[in-house]
Amino acid sequence: MSPQAPVPKAKGLNCPNCGAALTVRAFEHSLNVVCPQCLSILDAKDPNFRILQKYKGKERLTLLIPLGSRGKWKGVVYEAVGYQQRTIHVDGIPYSWDEYLLFNPYHGFRYLTHYNGHWNDVRTLRRLPVHLTSGTKPRSSVDGITYTHFQTAQAETTYVLGEFPWQVKRGDKVTAMDYIAPPFILSSETTEEEVVWSRGEYTVGKEIWQAFKLSGSAPAPSGIFANQPSPFKAKTKSIWQLYWMFLLAAFGAMLYFQVTDRNEEVFRQRYRFTANTPGEASFVTPTFDLKGRPSNVELSVRTDLANNWAYFSFALINEQTGTAYDFGREVSYYSGRDSDGSWSEGSSGDTVYIPSVPEGRYYLRVEPEMAPGSSAMDYELRVRRDVPRTRYFWIALALLLFPPVFTMIRSASFEFQRWQESDYASSSSDGDGNGDDD
Amino acid sequence: MSQRIANCPNCGAPIKFLWSSAIQTTCEYCRSILVRHDVDLERVGEVADLPHDASPIQIGTEGAFRNKPFLIVGRIIYEYDQGGWNEWHAIFNDGTSGWVSDAQLEYAVSFLAPPPSPLPPASGVSRANKFQWDGLTYEVTTITKARYRGVQGELPFEYWDKETVTFADLRTSTGRFGTIDYSEEKPLLFLGEAVEFPELNLKNLREFEGWS
Repeated sequence: MSPQAPVPKAKGLNCPNCGAALTVRAFEHSLNVVCPQCLSILDAKDPNFRILQKYKGKERLTLLIPLGSRGKWKGVVYEAVGYQQRTIHVDGIPYSWDEYLLFNPYHGFRYLTHYNGHWNDVRTLRRLPVHLTSGTKPRSSVDGITYTHFQTAQAETTYVLGEFPWQVKRGDKVTAMDYIAPPFILSSETTEEEVVWSRGEYTVGKEIWQAFKLSGSAPAPSGIFANQPSPFKAKTKSIWQLYWMFLLAAFGAMLYFQVTDRNEEVFRQRYRFTANTPGEASFVTPTFDLKGRPSNVELSVRTDLANNWAYFSFALINEQTGTAYDFGREVSYYSGRDSDGSWSEGSSGDTVYIPSVPEGRYYLRVEPEMAPGSSAMDYELRVRRDVPRTRYFWIALALLLFPPVFTMIRSASFEFQRWQESDYASSSSDGDGNGDDD
Repeated sequence: MSQRIANCPNCGAPIKFLWSSAIQTTCEYCRSILVRHDVDLERVGEVADLPHDASPIQIGTEGAFRNKPFLIVGRIIYEYDQGGWNEWHAIFNDGTSGWVSDAQLEYAVSFLAPPPSPLPPASGVSRANKFQWDGLTYEVTTITKARYRGVQGELPFEYWDKETVTFADLRTSTGRFGTIDYSEEKPLLFLGEAVEFPELNLKNLREFEGWS
């Protein structure tokens, strides 16, 4: 076999501008390297490390991921070798984010980008997205995922450290376009020479801190980032699933009771009440049996009242234990004709349910009362045992709606806040945000 | 793979062939570029100092593409403003010849292909040109004016003494890609696929200090 090329080593050298020691970590892949001391950008391919750009600014940034940090990331050991800060202006306000360049001598380069505690794991894309023209916002599709346009801005390189496998300068400008499909972001950077596409995946800072064994803790995210996955999206789906499950259970229970409830008439009797007769108006009915598990009792009153009212004081009394369920019902019915036609108000009958009445022998104590000046009324009392009711089903249906509707509202609010940071923000500053657009 | 042995007509060092159909090779000792005529080797030139590079691939590296094993037997080295790249010449176990390119650790495998439609001349190709080939849209994404920096090992054709070469890179919405190579009078088309490092299953790679 042929004699092999020497084993490459990380190269150490001194800055031709200030003499500080610096290291080239990505071997011959690096075209430019930045002096950590004077921040001059040097030509890493030149034997004398020619100075390409000196730093005139005063600002010094402290990196969250120090260059030279190594960590196992997505199953591969990577070393942080470069950093650039990029800045866009929206309404004249600068917004800056960090881009860390990671290197492995076999697997190549990838990026970790950071803004306000939000991270993305980014790789360049070697295929072309397909642009879709339908819809209100431009969309792009790649690998079966459709991304929606979020923002277009001029991004300027405002600070660099470490080394790069391309020519880098402070002041370099690209047109950056972002399309989102959380948790992914599709980005293009356009220069005169080329269009570079990349795809990022939203990443929790804590994972990076663990992988690269960074000191302290990851900065807490603030605000909502373009491709941050909505915590409510998956939740909304699962909560609706739960809703349908509960609904089905409630419906099943209702059906079960419809079929199994006794729904049995245990008492029916007609009475006549004559008002203004001296003596006790109250009386007791004959006894009747309530059977089976504790369940409801339906008491119906039908009267022949017309333009009159009556009041019934009831007590359902257990003959054996003396337990009494006391309740009063008013029945009133009025009707007539006026210029608008015929009208009526109230009803000549009434139905009441007494829930959870245990089995046993019962009777009713009844005390009717009528409006002063009334003469008499005929009425019928009817008692049914264990009557199926759909009312609970409808209540359950309504109550069960609260959690999913609440989650949907929160989800919509999350999306609203996300898009407030985009070119499509629905505020008075809409349009101004595109000031840097091409 | 045959291991034919000849001697360098310049320095007499033994020249081993990893691939029996090689047209050109280089002498590892005196860096002569040797072209084969039947059994004779003709010295046509000398390789200037090869640039230091950090490709993890080397002559003798083995790998597989779509389950077809290959062996790296040679390469062509190019440089341009934004870095350099290697076109590694790969011999597949069925005797076909292909190219594994390593452009700053972005890998691709390609094969010489008959152009499905006539190729534009170098002067007539520009970014965003589109070609409809085999049901795919190939779009010109970059045009690179590269400097030829040297050759090493065995190649399927004579290739030396070049200067500036123009390449048009073509991409698709899938992993398929293409390159139009304007190094010869008649442009050549290479079609292939962008691949990730683990997909090639490479063995016998270079080592890097501090990276095991």
